[in-house]
Amino acid sequence: MQSAFSRRTLLKALAALGPATVAGRVWAAPQTEARLLVVFLRGAYDAANVVIPIGSDFYYQSRPTLAVPRPGSNPAKGIAEAIALDGDWGMHPALSASMLPLWQKKQIAFVPFAGTDDLTRSHFETQDTIELGQPVGGTRNYQSGFMARLAGVLTETRPIAFTDQLPLVFHGGETPIPNVGLNAVGKPALDGRQVALISKLYQDDPLSASVAEGFHVRDDVYQSISRESAAANRNAVSPKGFELSARRIARLMRGGYNLGFVDVGGWDTHVNQGGSFGYLADRLTELGRGLAGFADEIGPEVWRDTVVVVISEFGRTFRENGDKGTDHGHGSVYWVLGGGVRGGRIVGEQVKVAQATLFQNRDYPVLTDYRALFGGLLSRMYGLDQAALQKVFAGIQPKDMTLV
Amino acid sequence: MKAYAHAAAILALASAFAVAIPSSGARAAQPGAQPAQPAASTVATPDPIRVLDCLTFGPTETDLEKLRREGLTRWLDGQLHPPRTDALPPAAQAQIDSLAVAQKPMAALVADIAEKGKALRDITDPDLKRAAQQAFQQSLNDFARQAATRDILRDLYAPTQLRERMTWFWFNHFNVHQYKADIRAMVGDYVDSAIRPHALGRFRDLLGATLHHPAMLRYLDNAQNAVGHLNENYAREIMELHTMGVGSGYTQADVEELARILTGVGIDASPQNPHLKPELAGQLVRQGLFEFNPARHDYGDKVFLGHHIAGRGYAEVEEALDILAKQPATARHISRQIAVYLVSDNPPQALIDRMGETFLRTNGDIASVLRTMVTAPEFAAAAAHGKFKDPVRYVLSAVRLAYGDKVILNTAPIQGWLNRMAEGLYNHETPDGYPLAESSWNGPGQLAVRFEIARQIGSGSAGLFRPEGPGQTDRPAFPQFQNALYFSALKHELKPATVAVLDQAISPQEWNALFLSSPDFMR
Repeated sequence: MQSAFSRRTLLKALAALGPATVAGRVWAAPQTEARLLVVFLRGAYDAANVVIPIGSDFYYQSRPTLAVPRPGSNPAKGIAEAIALDGDWGMHPALSASMLPLWQKKQIAFVPFAGTDDLTRSHFETQDTIELGQPVGGTRNYQSGFMARLAGVLTETRPIAFTDQLPLVFHGGETPIPNVGLNAVGKPALDGRQVALISKLYQDDPLSASVAEGFHVRDDVYQSISRESAAANRNAVSPKGFELSARRIARLMRGGYNLGFVDVGGWDTHVNQGGSFGYLADRLTELGRGLAGFADEIGPEVWRDTVVVVISEFGRTFRENGDKGTDHGHGSVYWVLGGGVRGGRIVGEQVKVAQATLFQNRDYPVLTDYRALFGGLLSRMYGLDQAALQKVFAGIQPKDMTLV
Repeated sequence: MKAYAHAAAILALASAFAVAIPSSGARAAQPGAQPAQPAASTVATPDPIRVLDCLTFGPTETDLEKLRREGLTRWLDGQLHPPRTDALPPAAQAQIDSLAVAQKPMAALVADIAEKGKALRDITDPDLKRAAQQAFQQSLNDFARQAATRDILRDLYAPTQLRERMTWFWFNHFNVHQYKADIRAMVGDYVDSAIRPHALGRFRDLLGATLHHPAMLRYLDNAQNAVGHLNENYAREIMELHTMGVGSGYTQADVEELARILTGVGIDASPQNPHLKPELAGQLVRQGLFEFNPARHDYGDKVFLGHHIAGRGYAEVEEALDILAKQPATARHISRQIAVYLVSDNPPQALIDRMGETFLRTNGDIASVLRTMVTAPEFAAAAAHGKFKDPVRYVLSAVRLAYGDKVILNTAPIQGWLNRMAEGLYNHETPDGYPLAESSWNGPGQLAVRFEIARQIGSGSAGLFRPEGPGQTDRPAFPQFQNALYFSALKHELKPATVAVLDQAISPQEWNALFLSSPDFMR
């Protein structure tokens, strides 16, 4: 296994030479081990209370019951402080055990003021916008998700969604992209003969490739998970919830799958979301544990070549509402983590967090478009050229944020 | 409900646009009072099996025979204007009658849960507390499972199949999630009093009924929405999901104005009225657990969708719902959702337009919209392909075909299968409800799971005939798919590949599993 540094050097050198295209496809760097996992926080997580603008007085004025106190402010018993990341930003204390170590190792970067140009403030509409990755306002093609298009321009990709339903982001793959829910995987009940007979039932059916892929993934996942009991002894308590899924995902991505998607729900905190403790803090603890578990389980060598991007459809209102919660907003904060990520940084264009800079006097503005961010990242990870990137995100100028 | 029966009679008379099933010969031809409809001769005749696929939870011998005997027009009349009584088989009705959720009003269930929750707080011993917490969750789960049992028995055995399908549809349209707070104690009543009575009635009544139900007010947080403490959640979803649809022209300002209009609309389980200033006391509205509390209402004037709404209390809420129900965008959005659910992922625009026109002309009469859909010239072709079944329709159509009128004794296996296929009853977390598109259910991983469920359904009765509870014995029955309906209709439509594979089955169990796994049965 080569080091991440040399791989990036290789990718850059490759980019300098111009893309090697074969039959319209761009070859990813030869032997590249790059893996990408996109984690979608559905429900619009309250970014401002997770990556906290501790330098902003306006934040503390706007959130009398929700604000997480400044580092060093010695809050009352039963309240925890934010953890300083730099002079302007702090991390929610619920992430101290899981994400702070990654920050210290410079393996996680945060991109504030990130999001879309979709202004519906609708969860479902904006999730669709992001997953489709098509221009807002045009006619939508629901059979073309951006990660399916990415899989189409890369070679040697094995995409998979770790979800009960195939998400929009993977709709329209050249071959059907598999999905698998990881919470209820049992021993396959059908024997080889029955699998062959069922495959034959679909030989002339449009679903035949999906049927074949479904059996294939079922076997992979079962084999991977049946090895779990042996591995589980390393953990003092057996993982559950998102951590269990995330560790399973790591094992599958350490194996053949290298382009993954998973979603985590429960972020729509209109009421009583809590501050340094409470509902949102509990969700963050679980998310952080899962992501740290993923990094642990995939192992240090593969982690060096892995990038995890955490996104959400939009941020929430900057001011708390009347119910100790927050309503639908606009700009969010994205996370980028991985062994080869240039982390320990707050990345991308920023403005001072103040009333004057709020979008519509209500929300964080969006200064980094999700497509520009992904475009820049993908071009670095895979050496994609402009033409290939245009196939993934038409009409978008990628933003090179030197994330890897 | 009396008004219904009257409307039913008028519409039955008005059903001149007969589309008869050829073999029935029973062509209804009463003189019509309705505006001109396409003549029967120009309308392609839908295949009866496809009609049952679209409008029921799956063809059975009994239903096919009835449809053939009555002809589509009369059969459809019966479906669109069913009697109030369920006419369930006694074996199914008896099971429903034995459920606590059928015997006790919701307020009693909610009070029971609140009582248990209160008792919990007083327990200090950790072991006792844990046990009490488990018992508390268990009773909530029981309420939801009982509600699901009632729904499943109706879905399987009610002759009023279209009402049952629309009940599922409307629940999903006005979705609530069982695991939020005490909603598990409310879902049974939500289906039974808010959704099902209006499933074929007026959209405006349905919208009002969901707004008055504590399950919705709890789920979308409007119980917390008060003057000075605005919570937009419910207001936004009413416009985005329940009525007009996203991108149909309303603005963020409209959302906020509707949220203001809805301030004070909430839940009150207390027998005492809230303490109010004398000048507000007359404005209080209570109806079961529903409450409009004037002390929590924003009495300022509002501008909503271009209408000036004078701040005056509860009447603003009804006015806003009237405005929403009459929007052309609502007519289009609802028509499209219905056609997507019942007919195909991409229903012809002409079909949706016709349905939308009927919606506006009839003030949102759902039965009329459905009649327009089924009798439209586009219907037969759009329905001919058959829509890939979502898990609910897949499992229920399999059980209906396998056991016909023989009533199952336990719905737990069905609830388990639906949960495993990620379409459990009342179990979608977000307000958009389960997706209606085929592509949401036929991904590779989902197909692999479905084939395993096919094997379970096909191999034996799988616990469907073992009543719940201690000391009950299983009365197994073999799932018989090669029945009269199969030989008279389904067999002739099987694809050659399916016929060839079925011939290789080495046991009746395997034959069943393969039949249920075939592309023919998936649609």
